[in-house]
Amino acid sequence: MTLPLIPSMPLTDLNSKTFSVSRRGLAIGAAALFLPERAFAQAPQPGGADTAIVVDRARTDPIPIAVPAFAGADGDAGRLGRDIAGVINNNLARSGLFRAIDSAAFINGAPGDVPNFANWKGIGAQALVTGRVESQGGDKVRVEFRLWDVLPGQQIQGTAYSTTLSNWRRIAHIISDVIYERMLGEKGYFDTRVVYIAGTGPRDRRIKRLAVMDQDGENNRFLTDGSWIAKSPRFHPTRDQIAFMSYANNRPRIYLFDLGSGRQQPLGDFSGLTLSPRFAPDGNSVVMSQTTQNGNSDIYSVDLGSRGARKLTDSGSIDVSPCYSPDGTQIVFNSDRGGDQQLYVMGAGGGGAKRISFGSGRYATPVWSPRGDLIAFTRINGGTFSIGVMRPDGSGERILSESFYVEGPTFAPNGRVLMFWRETPARDNRGSGFSARLVSIDITGFNERQVATPTDASEPAWGPLPG
Amino acid sequence: MNFKILGAFAAVSLLAACTTPDTAATGGNGATAGTSTVTPGSQEDLVANVGDRVFYEYNKSSLPTEGRGTLDRQAAWLGKYASNNVQLAGNCDERGTEEYNIALGQRRASAARDYLVAKGVSSTRITTISYGKDRPVALGSNEAAYAQNRNAITSVR
Repeated sequence: MTLPLIPSMPLTDLNSKTFSVSRRGLAIGAAALFLPERAFAQAPQPGGADTAIVVDRARTDPIPIAVPAFAGADGDAGRLGRDIAGVINNNLARSGLFRAIDSAAFINGAPGDVPNFANWKGIGAQALVTGRVESQGGDKVRVEFRLWDVLPGQQIQGTAYSTTLSNWRRIAHIISDVIYERMLGEKGYFDTRVVYIAGTGPRDRRIKRLAVMDQDGENNRFLTDGSWIAKSPRFHPTRDQIAFMSYANNRPRIYLFDLGSGRQQPLGDFSGLTLSPRFAPDGNSVVMSQTTQNGNSDIYSVDLGSRGARKLTDSGSIDVSPCYSPDGTQIVFNSDRGGDQQLYVMGAGGGGAKRISFGSGRYATPVWSPRGDLIAFTRINGGTFSIGVMRPDGSGERILSESFYVEGPTFAPNGRVLMFWRETPARDNRGSGFSARLVSIDITGFNERQVATPTDASEPAWGPLPG
Repeated sequence: MNFKILGAFAAVSLLAACTTPDTAATGGNGATAGTSTVTPGSQEDLVANVGDRVFYEYNKSSLPTEGRGTLDRQAAWLGKYASNNVQLAGNCDERGTEEYNIALGQRRASAARDYLVAKGVSSTRITTISYGKDRPVALGSNEAAYAQNRNAITSVR
């Protein structure tokens, strides 16, 4: 394969144009942590059919890329240079779309301003990332990187960031996303977080805490103390906020958790048990399920301003797990109105529900791809659980992973990767051997990988890319 | 926890021993050791002499015949101890998805509540909750454990 053809500019042509990178709070009360200093040698974005992702690339031809340690003079800068390159290598390799060339194969050490392309060509690198870290006094550092197309020996991208030492991981993720986008022609997903439920303790007294981490499993934080069961967390599309279900005070209902302040508040005062929240794509409302007095469940939309609730289904059955299409016009949900659990799509205002799942077994936990082209689901067929995708009209069903127990796919913001969780059965009547672990997989069904978490983990929900 | 499992098995053995609600309501034959130490009208009394839980079939919320017998005894017991309020907690086995199971557990709890109300227990004395599959009483991954975990458990509040 060939790399996208991108005209490079000479290193001396420093483009003063900056691109804005909005930030999100990483810690309570954190201030702005970095600014892109300037983008230089900004080349036009790749586009057109040549750069469209082919669906089987994960299997056939990962791009060989070399990311040597970023150069750094003193102790902190040198350590940071190695750590940043390590995070970038890990991100790109885990995507399955790149092959990170082992540094043991590198012929020379840290390159100068213009790499010796013959050496990198010699070890099979198609792309090369070089960088430099400079201490700027106090805890400030400047991180500069350049992405090179090795065969023609041209620079594809060069950008510098100023940041604080403690924010180095985000810089590594942002650089990873730039590399991904310039090489593949679509947005990355590395500068994102995942919220999930951390499980500890024996199964009959299971402690389930709300937790958040970077998409690569780093920077794990537990957000609730475990006094009450937490479930079904979901990120707000733009705010630093999570909707989730809590059993606080033995009154199970949906809460909004503010990541900046650590405070939470009930979504509203409802007579029934409320569950399975999901933010609307515009972030102005939450769609959820509420149980009725007779034991059924209906879907409601709750406006986040007025907190008024609008009933969207009234089927006399269980209607749960609603999720909007990315354009906000439709809702896919789980219902047993036809006898057993199946997937249905209706208009965002309710009504006109059409069943879309018709394979053997039951279907659950539908989520709409951010690209709009697929709905991912859990399927229960006999003793086997599987994760799959289908088109929104129910056609083209593909099973990606199956085992004793898998559930709950969530899409990366670029629609290219799914995360879900897998459980192993207890091998005795004390529950020994039970585990719940997060797994990621490419939507092609290739590149399945466990996501490291400090405890058992379930119900992952991928957060958005910072706007 | 062991106590709860024992409770479940006590209820099952009672059902096997007693074919009519009337004989069951007067106290289980096999539970005489329990009756001598428990306070009448207490949760322990409910567990040992009445049966604190009913069981459901896989992915179902309709009450099987055995469950109706247990709830008949609970209704009679609640008639006798009229100051007792109860919570019915619906539970599911691990072979279902999280959110659907919360809804299914609620349906199980509601089905048990509706039966008690039909037998004359005031609905104001009963609250319901669902734990989905988060509070299993049996910890194995096998059919026997799943059968124990598909339940609605009555507890005095």
